[in-house]
Amino acid sequence: MIDVQNITKRYGHHTAIDGVTFSVAKGEVLAFLGPNGAGKTTTMRILTCFMPATEGTVRVAGFDCTEQPLEVKRRIGYLPETPPVYQELTVTEYLIFVGRLRGITGQKLSSAIDQSVERLELGSVRHRLIGNLSRGYRQRVGLAQALLHDPPVLILDEPTVGLDPKQIIEIRELIKSLAGSHSVILSTHILPEATAVCQRVVIINKGRIVAEDTPAQLSARLRQSEKVSITLKTCPADCEMKLRAIPGILNVLPGQAGGSFLIECELGHDLRDDIARVAVLSQWGLLELRTLSMTLEDVFLQLTRHEDHLSEPAEATVGMVAAERTDA
Amino acid sequence: MTPVQAVIAKELRGYFVSPIVYVVGAVFLLIFGLLSYLYVGFAGAQAIQMMQMQGGLAQINLNDLVFRNLFASMRIVLVIILPILTMRLFAEERKLRTFEFLMTSPIRINEIVVGKFVSAFLVYLALVGLTILVPTVLMLFSDFDWNPIWTGYVGMVLLGALFISVGLFASALTENQIVAAFVSFGLLLTIWLIAGLGSLFGDTTAGRVISYVSYMEHYERLVRGLIDTSDLIYFGSGLALMLFLTHRVVESTSWK
Repeated sequence: MIDVQNITKRYGHHTAIDGVTFSVAKGEVLAFLGPNGAGKTTTMRILTCFMPATEGTVRVAGFDCTEQPLEVKRRIGYLPETPPVYQELTVTEYLIFVGRLRGITGQKLSSAIDQSVERLELGSVRHRLIGNLSRGYRQRVGLAQALLHDPPVLILDEPTVGLDPKQIIEIRELIKSLAGSHSVILSTHILPEATAVCQRVVIINKGRIVAEDTPAQLSARLRQSEKVSITLKTCPADCEMKLRAIPGILNVLPGQAGGSFLIECELGHDLRDDIARVAVLSQWGLLELRTLSMTLEDVFLQLTRHEDHLSEPAEATVGMVAAERTDA
Repeated sequence: MTPVQAVIAKELRGYFVSPIVYVVGAVFLLIFGLLSYLYVGFAGAQAIQMMQMQGGLAQINLNDLVFRNLFASMRIVLVIILPILTMRLFAEERKLRTFEFLMTSPIRINEIVVGKFVSAFLVYLALVGLTILVPTVLMLFSDFDWNPIWTGYVGMVLLGALFISVGLFASALTENQIVAAFVSFGLLLTIWLIAGLGSLFGDTTAGRVISYVSYMEHYERLVRGLIDTSDLIYFGSGLALMLFLTHRVVESTSWK
């Protein structure tokens, strides 16, 4: 549905995005993750034909962004960073204007408006001036605008900014419900959002794609070893030694609390069974035993902070930081 | 409703929700009324003077004494108030970040430019239309020729259209409305002064070319009651040029 080939955007000597390539299949939800200034918004602006790329091609629904921008624009619903609302219009008037710009008229327009007002729960404010609405409502009006013409492609730049927690959950549900019938790209720097909503994540940093995969596989790929955390009631001096003796264990490190250890095992081996057996036989009083997985947050930090180390195996300390974060 | 009509409707709504139209309209009509009153007063005083000197009923020409002066004075009024009417057209969109929305909507840039121009022009036409009340009332008390008044109105409409296109261009240059108003004010005054530069050269080819660039002589001829194709071409091509430049500026903002 969306096919981005090798796009580069330069502003004078500054390169905002550099050789970005990715594609989104029909019905897929893709998250665009990255720190501020990574090039998320620039990429989205190129996708929506707001500005041309310096190099590379973008095709949306089979149409080229530079050759047939109008056809592309017709098929995209776009929510920019700031909700694009006119303060002097009421919600209904605004949506009428948006619909007319996109060539929807008459009965079709009013039913489309009713539908998107209902979807975003704007019923209570439909006749109020947008200028008098709160940030959260404006954000929802912006989303209503993007969904109005039921476009096959949705591009949402930080769609949940400014919403309260309940609304955030509702909007995420809404985006999830769009998957399957719509292709969605959403940018965010809220990581749980990407895990909750998206099938695939693209992590972008300093204008380059540093990783692209499903959230689960991303964290698996970046893990150098399996990590298991155990907590023991009593820990005699030899317990660390005994643990190290289990075949397949690479390292045993004391954890933060007394009696807890962090055990690193070889990748692909689940040694929980062996560890438990040793602990029970030695009568240490096993209180807790669990595997630690990297959250997307760790992956993100590792990729964006330690980009330089990506080619070589990441330093052990990075892995430890990741483990401790989940531990805490 | 086509996208262009949607833009026009939205802009008109924006004008009438904000105080701009009311303030600009009130000032415009007040000054037009005041100037008419003053010129009629002067004409009356002159008529009395002539009656005393000639001792009979003096024939005074309202076309010359009132309307020509009135239309001539409206130039400066338009230079001052039309930039206020046009300053928000693009600058506000850019300030409020709706510009990006407009540019990613399936509408061509020329449709946006034309829509915005037409909306400001319609507001201006309505204001000019209200001023017809002045000659209509005067008609009850005096005889005068309507033809130069109609050509004067044609001149005022064409001049206003040109000024609005200049204001639209200035508004596309910046996201600050004050700057937009000032730039268009400056541009209009500069084009005005080009007429002075032309007259410095006198009746040479250079002088005629330079004078032609300014709207002054074209407007003056229309106010005097002359409809010359070259003047109509001047206003038409000036308008087209400014709209074209606006189009280029709007298009180029997304390159940056």
